[in-house]
Amino acid sequence: MLGALIIVFREVLEAGLIVGIVMAATQGVAGRGRWIAIGIGGGIAGAAIVAAFAGVISEAFEGSGQELFNACVLAIAVVMLMWHNAWMARHGREIAAEMRNIGTAVSEGAKPLTALAVVVGLAVLREGSEVVLFLYGIVASGTSLGSVFAGGLLGIACGAAFSALTYFGLLAIPQRYIFAVTSWLIALLAAGMAAQSVQFLNNGGVLTAFDNTVWDTSWLLSEGSIVGRLLHTLIGYTERPTGMQLIVYIGTLVAMYLLMRVASAPQRRRAAAV
Amino acid sequence: MKTLLAACLASALLAPAIARADDFTLTIKDHKFTPSELKVAAGKRHTITVVNNDDTPEEFESNALKIEKVIVGKSKGVVRIGPLKAGSYPFVGEYHEDTAKGTIVAQ
Repeated sequence: MLGALIIVFREVLEAGLIVGIVMAATQGVAGRGRWIAIGIGGGIAGAAIVAAFAGVISEAFEGSGQELFNACVLAIAVVMLMWHNAWMARHGREIAAEMRNIGTAVSEGAKPLTALAVVVGLAVLREGSEVVLFLYGIVASGTSLGSVFAGGLLGIACGAAFSALTYFGLLAIPQRYIFAVTSWLIALLAAGMAAQSVQFLNNGGVLTAFDNTVWDTSWLLSEGSIVGRLLHTLIGYTERPTGMQLIVYIGTLVAMYLLMRVASAPQRRRAAAV
Repeated sequence: MKTLLAACLASALLAPAIARADDFTLTIKDHKFTPSELKVAAGKRHTITVVNNDDTPEEFESNALKIEKVIVGKSKGVVRIGPLKAGSYPFVGEYHEDTAKGTIVAQ
């Protein structure tokens, strides 16, 4: 039971962290609960489908299907996070202003919410499909079903609790900093995902340039430890990053920064004109 | 099982210290990897075909090798590794970590 709990919790942790950050980033935006719930629900349904077709996906593209699939899922999430941050850079002030008027629906709030619902959905899909496969394996082997399922459910509950912890932890940040903090968190999240995505392309044999390991910090912090896993999700911590991963990581941060500046620029001019 | 072990021993004795071919095979049976140690040449790319002979899915995972790949029951998957610096790189089957583990030694 403990084994199942740990494995499921580890998988749920990453998705839980992302849900927590997304919830904090959309604090006060009308209808966010519904969108995030749609994201989670869609992700779970997607996870079951991906798990059911795991064999087919693996065999696609001459055996590189799974790597390409993961790379695409991560890349889409990165684009959605960029879109969200750009949108927030443009409209964040309006939302902050409107949040003070309780009950005012944010007129364009649905836009970044769809993006973030997709991000949540993809995170749940990626991690969830592994949970489904793991639990399926237990069902197939037919050993001590009850206790393992109890462990699995407890693992999911722990992940959800962690998600709530992330959310309430972020909410403790004073209101006027929360957009800045969540924007940074999302930028780092996106950079980490982009670096992971490019590694999947490498594993799939699609992109092998600059695949030498640049440094090794496994002696300092193992990626397999809980802290290592958390940092892996949060900021893309990797024990042994490749040259390409570093290039993509920094490139994503720079692209995100430029995009946010461009997005917020017209508003500033408008404000200056008034 | 005995014949399997004998075959493994024989192939281990017959194979040169560093296999020349870039393709290797790892077999999963009863949630264990055979061979549990694989010697590969450092500084080169290799492909490893992981054959899962169990009925249940397994996830080949290694932070050291930056690989995570699900291999469903009764199927096989190709894993690409390298170029590696000399050293040993542990890997596990994430769903059965207590038994499914091994090391890739680059030299």
